[in-house]
Amino acid sequence: MGSRASTLLREEEIEEIKKETGFSHSQITRLYSRFTSLDKGENGTLSREDFQRIPELAINPLGDRIINAFFPEGEDQVNFRGFMRTLAHFRPIEDNEKNKNAAASEPLNSRTNKLLFAFRLYDLDRDDKISRDELLQVLRMMVGVNISDEQLGSIADRTIQEADTNGDNSISFNEFIKVLEKVDVEQKMSIRFLH
Amino acid sequence: MLLWATLRMEMEAKEKNQQLYKPYSSGNMLKCYQSLMLIIPELRGSASCLHSEPEFEMADIFYFCRRGVESIVDDEVTKRFSAQELETWNLLTRSHYNFRHISLRLTVLWGLGVLIRYGILLPLRVTLAATGISLILVLTTLVGFLPSRELRFFLTEKVHVMCYRICVRSLTAMITYHNRENKPKNGGICVANHTTPIDVIILANDGCYSLIGQAHRGLLGMVQRAMVKSSPHIWFDRSEVKDRHLVAKRLSDHVADKTKQPILIFPEGTCINNTSVMMFKKGSFEIGCTVYPVAIKYDPLFGDAFWNSSKFGMVNYLLRMMSSWAIVCSVWYLPPMNREEGEDAVQFANRVKAAIAAQGGLVDLIWDGGLKRAKVKDAFKEEQQKLYSKVLVGEQEQGDNKSSEENPEEDKSYHGSANGQ
Repeated sequence: MGSRASTLLREEEIEEIKKETGFSHSQITRLYSRFTSLDKGENGTLSREDFQRIPELAINPLGDRIINAFFPEGEDQVNFRGFMRTLAHFRPIEDNEKNKNAAASEPLNSRTNKLLFAFRLYDLDRDDKISRDELLQVLRMMVGVNISDEQLGSIADRTIQEADTNGDNSISFNEFIKVLEKVDVEQKMSIRFLH
Repeated sequence: MLLWATLRMEMEAKEKNQQLYKPYSSGNMLKCYQSLMLIIPELRGSASCLHSEPEFEMADIFYFCRRGVESIVDDEVTKRFSAQELETWNLLTRSHYNFRHISLRLTVLWGLGVLIRYGILLPLRVTLAATGISLILVLTTLVGFLPSRELRFFLTEKVHVMCYRICVRSLTAMITYHNRENKPKNGGICVANHTTPIDVIILANDGCYSLIGQAHRGLLGMVQRAMVKSSPHIWFDRSEVKDRHLVAKRLSDHVADKTKQPILIFPEGTCINNTSVMMFKKGSFEIGCTVYPVAIKYDPLFGDAFWNSSKFGMVNYLLRMMSSWAIVCSVWYLPPMNREEGEDAVQFANRVKAAIAAQGGLVDLIWDGGLKRAKVKDAFKEEQQKLYSKVLVGEQEQGDNKSSEENPEEDKSYHGSANGQ
């Protein structure tokens, strides 16, 4: 009989992903099943079109930015590891979670990493700064044609004014963190993964 | 016996402490009925007080982000186009997703199953099917030659029912009909949810219907042409499908003639995997005659009847059907419905859809089954953008209609909005 699913996803891989992302064994298998169901080309990677085929994502105003977050710089395909790595940002933070090895880097779903994910949604050119232009573009994505340029512009200006502390007319990651320090990021950027 | 096999497997899995991949239970499918509207009630928490200044917060992006990733992990639509996952295994390779060698006994069982299914059941069924189809061809043609109309009607019914019975046996379909007093009558339209082409056989087993559909070539085309000789069916060409008026006219003509059998229509337009009912196309609801809704629910335990047309061709599909254990389904005839005063076709269609979904225990979705192949329309995205703009600039510039689609989503709401500032 043998295993059909696991010839494609070996136990060692599952273990590695477990260590890297913190998902449980069954969550990984379930997400792998989801990954394969999205992978219409059956070549083990997802392209942007595969994501866009999800209607609920296609109607999300920021759908394209979210899809983009899955793809590393300049690449057009994402494999299962990359898929899981990105999804790991949305794993809820458990209270009893401690860093198993102190030497290891922060877990992917830490508050800072969640904020970094959101920051990158705004930061279109990946230069670690949100410029007024970038903010405007993202705002335009979110509101469509329903708000005038002037109004949108003033919203952008106000936002940058409030956030910008070092006067360079753009928002750096640290300024971004500061603006959102009162927000319950852990809850807003977490989704329930069924076991 | 199947239950035993499943229990066995689950027990062994637990013993070995393996994480048995549990498919989604049906409870999960009932979450979030309002899949079309990404609700934006929580962005401003209790701030229903209008601000004169448009208010944007950088945290707003979290909402879209979260919804987006949630839909990547699981969404209501794409999973309707592939076969349902089973809770327990039914000894068919095709429905097992967590294929692991659990025990020798199970393998032997499975092997036995394969032998029985392919060695005994399949040949039997294929023979039966072949007999059934040839009988339809021959007998309907013969009946078509008869001069007397009444005799034709009488014989047609008998012939049809007999042939369909044979076809049903060939699939080993165990059908339970409920509420037969509501069976569709002449001069009406019968509307049902669509899972597979076999739906037709299942329904025709219990009554005579006129069918409407695309004219095929080959064997199916031959059968179609033969059927038309003895009773009225509506087959049209693909090119004519686009001409809705023509189709509508033919439909209304047929329906107006009270001596003609009820027409069987599947308003979803495509096969859905029988866990949900998707958008009903309004064409058949515009005609204005009595609609007889029928809910068909298959039990996938003995064989999943869903036809994934992008994965399997018709012949492949039929072979798979004939090599399953059985097709088990329930058919509910619902009381007839008519369009009410002041109700337009779309509302009527949705009402019928809701009734069918409720009876069959299916999820009632507003998504279009056409999304199987086509992209979602931009209008929906624009709808979302509009909703968000309303939140930003308040109600002042958007007119007085409060968004009435806001329904609380218990499992997705933030407890105690912690929107800073």
